[in-house]
Amino acid sequence: MSFSAVNILGTMPEIYLTFFGCILLILETMIPKEKRSWLAYFTIIALVFAMVASIGLNGKGLPLYSGLYIVDPFSNFFKIIIYIAAIITILFSLPYLDQEDIHLGEYYAFILFSVVGMMVMVSAGDLITLFLGIELMSLCFYVLVGLKRDDNRSVEASFKYFLLGSFTAAIFLFGISFLYGAAGTETISGLAGFISNPGTLKPMVMVGMILTLVGFTFKVSAVPFHMWTPDVYEGAPTVVTGFMATAGKIAAFAVFLRVFWVAFSGNRHDWDILIILVSILSMAVGNIVAIMQTNLKRMLAYSSIGHAGYALMALLLPNRESLFALLFYVFTYMFMTVGAFGVILMMRKKGVEGEEIEDFVGLSKRHPIAALVMLIFMFSLAGIPPFGGFLAKFYIFFAVVHAGYTWLAVVGIIFAAIGAYYYLKVVMAMYMKEPNGSVVFHSSLMGRIALALTAGTTVILGVYPAPFVAYIKSSLALFIP
Amino acid sequence: MLPYLLIPLLPFAGFLLVGIFWPYFRGKGHWITVPLVTLSWVFSVRAFMMTLNGPPVHFVLYDWIHSGHFDVSISLMVDHLTATMLVMVSTVSALTHLYTVGYMKDDSGYDRFFAYISLFTFSMDMLLLSDNLLELFIFWEAVGFCSYILIAHWYERKPSWVAANEAFIMNRVGDFGFLLGIFLTYSVFGTLDYQSIFRLIPSHLNDTVQAFSAFHVTTPYSVITVIALLLFVGAVGKSAQLPLHTWLPNAIEGPTPISALIHAATMVTAGIFMIARLSPIYNASPAALHVVAWTGAVTAIVAATIALTQRDIKKIVAYSTMSQLGYMVMACGIGAYGAGIFHLLTHGFFKALLFLGAGSVIHSLSGEQDVFRMGGLSKYMKITFVTMLLGALALSGIPPFAGFYSKDLILSMAFHDGAFGHILWMIGIVTAALTAFYTFRLVFMVFSGKERFSHDGHHGHAPHESPLVMTIPLLVLSLGAIFGGVVGEHYDIVSFLSQNMTVPHFAVRAELSDSTLKLISVVAGGIGIALAYLFYGRPSNIPELLARGFRPFFKLSQNKWYFEEIYDHVFTRPTIFISFLMWKELDKGVIDMAVNGVASLCQNSGATLKRLQTGQLQNYALVMALGLFGMVSLFLFMK
Repeated sequence: MSFSAVNILGTMPEIYLTFFGCILLILETMIPKEKRSWLAYFTIIALVFAMVASIGLNGKGLPLYSGLYIVDPFSNFFKIIIYIAAIITILFSLPYLDQEDIHLGEYYAFILFSVVGMMVMVSAGDLITLFLGIELMSLCFYVLVGLKRDDNRSVEASFKYFLLGSFTAAIFLFGISFLYGAAGTETISGLAGFISNPGTLKPMVMVGMILTLVGFTFKVSAVPFHMWTPDVYEGAPTVVTGFMATAGKIAAFAVFLRVFWVAFSGNRHDWDILIILVSILSMAVGNIVAIMQTNLKRMLAYSSIGHAGYALMALLLPNRESLFALLFYVFTYMFMTVGAFGVILMMRKKGVEGEEIEDFVGLSKRHPIAALVMLIFMFSLAGIPPFGGFLAKFYIFFAVVHAGYTWLAVVGIIFAAIGAYYYLKVVMAMYMKEPNGSVVFHSSLMGRIALALTAGTTVILGVYPAPFVAYIKSSLALFIP
Repeated sequence: MLPYLLIPLLPFAGFLLVGIFWPYFRGKGHWITVPLVTLSWVFSVRAFMMTLNGPPVHFVLYDWIHSGHFDVSISLMVDHLTATMLVMVSTVSALTHLYTVGYMKDDSGYDRFFAYISLFTFSMDMLLLSDNLLELFIFWEAVGFCSYILIAHWYERKPSWVAANEAFIMNRVGDFGFLLGIFLTYSVFGTLDYQSIFRLIPSHLNDTVQAFSAFHVTTPYSVITVIALLLFVGAVGKSAQLPLHTWLPNAIEGPTPISALIHAATMVTAGIFMIARLSPIYNASPAALHVVAWTGAVTAIVAATIALTQRDIKKIVAYSTMSQLGYMVMACGIGAYGAGIFHLLTHGFFKALLFLGAGSVIHSLSGEQDVFRMGGLSKYMKITFVTMLLGALALSGIPPFAGFYSKDLILSMAFHDGAFGHILWMIGIVTAALTAFYTFRLVFMVFSGKERFSHDGHHGHAPHESPLVMTIPLLVLSLGAIFGGVVGEHYDIVSFLSQNMTVPHFAVRAELSDSTLKLISVVAGGIGIALAYLFYGRPSNIPELLARGFRPFFKLSQNKWYFEEIYDHVFTRPTIFISFLMWKELDKGVIDMAVNGVASLCQNSGATLKRLQTGQLQNYALVMALGLFGMVSLFLFMK
């Protein structure tokens, strides 16, 4: 096995973040409690550092560590989204953590470690590497979800997530072992070669594939492996929810796509029915159950299940158009979702968050700008032009139609129409009712910057998507060693 | 590129700033919007200067949707037509912004109003600058939407929102045709880009379409004609032609500045502009051109007869707009696009002037709009009187004012268009006489004679001249009303405009020379004014005698040819009746059950599924295990 410095250089962003994460753990003990915000700035600097390193690697296609690790435009694109999501999360967390009295130095370290986990996921060229990435990310999330130690909901969510996550991890590993047993390799490219011609071992491959599919659908919270989502999203501190719902899911989509398009491309017609089924179920359950929710975090959890359904449709036909549609979708989804959670965590009522839809009643009268920002996110999530969410859905449906599944696009559009109901319900509460209650919108400078960034990008993605489209088009190369 | 881009973007920036932060402005919204719109005017003039000697500018800003199969680019095109229109629109808009400062003072929605008129200006600028049908359509709708929110500005008053609804719905009827036209264009040509469409026209000249195949009628129609007519339906709605015109006179329920903007610059001109912009399509279809010409001519004369007997000062001006729009559409219909646009430009100036002048009168009388309760105002408000007189002369086509040059150009073009053109010309001449008559009826009623207004309604003081911010726009516009025509004629604006338009060939037959034709129409205008003086300029009982003698005609005119009543009986009432029936029987019984059924199905299934979310970890794991089991068994059974 040869080893060269290129391997180290190619994984520099991951090394940076791991290093900075460890430094943070040490710094945390040295910095007095009232100066904790320095840790946040430090984390942002670390992320920017990593981002610069990743941008330096743009346009390269490298198999590192004998193909266990892949650096390509595709993985770089996802890494950059993850950094942005993490930076926005940190911007949101500053006053929030203090208000919730959970301002711990470990928080930042865990965010960084989970980012590293996601980076390992999106770059994994081998199923075991992939599994390590998933576990690194998940372990950090289990801790982050339970950060509100005094809150029963938070602890319960953390524990549920941990148990179900372990359950899934076991299934996923089981799947990998089947695949290894059949093919004798667990690198993605090696599997691709074997699966295109499995011979009599086909049933084994099929079982292995279904079991890995379960692992991925759990991570992207698609039905029927979505049950953890509402409870965990509701119980977790809202900053963490926003981060999980975006970065965590997006990383899972990246590996989902890489494994299914590369390793399982040979038996596409075996798995497309499963994807269609999961996608329709997710859209149905996500959008219909969301109607009944009164808690906004829970509603957004269901909405994210529905969005997973739309995005899954783009996996059906491996071509550039679908890939572009999915990348554009996750990019837009990240900004609007993390922004919507950001608005929720700034709504304060007597020491707790205003996370009920009730709390948003009449917001336009009391705080027109906050209401406008929330309106942008809701309209965008509902897919109303001219916001980014419209174009994102448009590209997905167009790709699905061109893949030959026109009926599926129609189903998707019907569920999107049903989904518009509950998003607009929030808008109606904000704009058409008289204010009552004692909820105040409490924003800090960092929070306002983050909101301006997310809302602004959501609007720009809708009206002037050209630069983003150009960037995404340059990231369409999926490197296959 | 940037200077062109700034023309629409500056008003848009004004809208965003004032629109988003309106609670913080508290009546200072004009400090943002007025300078921005003025700056936009400067850039429009610059763009005009650039196109004077240079070639048309065309650049793609970016691709909005680019999916390989369906591309929509946001791009701007500035040619002679666009540049000229831009100057007119931004001039009128800037002056209207300034005028609003005085007119809307102390209005509770002051800043909101500024935000919306800036948005209105932006939409119209983009409509003019667009280079493909989809972009045109987006801003076509945006203009309609802006007019809706502005007409409904005083939304607590019932007439305001009724008028706003009417404007919106009438326009939607037109837009339906327009949208069908766009769909057909796309399916025939496979593109929405103007230049590509124009290039492809010759190869589709003989294509046919069975427009009514849904009704098993298999008559083939020329596809170009169908497209041209469908698009024209949009123009009929937007430019208030018969039979979709009733919204325009009613739209005066909005504040006066917005009436001026709608009537002169930003809304009704869109239809005429669209026809001129798509002139190659219309040129390719003589049948469509005939329809356009006749629609315009009939609209012109019908509107003029209605204006004769109206009492509301703004309504008279509104019907005159409709009548003048008829001229412009007629000009387009005979292929004289340049003349039509020329009239649109001069009309923009004097109509804005008349409207703002009317607003000034209303303002000084604290909201009085009935001309029978005015009179003798010339001594109270000199500037308003003089400027409105200039506007009236321009509208009546008296030389050397602006309307004379452009209107007579249209009329002589019509006359040269053969036997069929002679009839159009006759209609035009009669309309001209009627126009002069009702315009001066208005002037005499308002500014001369006895003071018929009551003094106690005006806080006990006499009518007063409006403040400077309102009179300056009037003065500037009156310059346009005086010199607009001469300048246009001198620099031959028609051939300048026509550089980008292919104009169908005229068979000029000089039965009557141009100067004779001009003389005839000036005489017609003079007769109109003289009659107005006889009837209204001095104490007289002729109007009453005439009204009694020709009672049916008087009633017909006063009731606006019963269009609203007919619509009320043919469309509104049956619709309401059917809706009532549907509501009572079908809706309550069938639809409600179905809709509520679906809704409650959604809600119930939501509630059921929600119940699945027990919170019990074992159940969650069970669902997952079942899911896995299901997936594997699916394969066992299927493969």
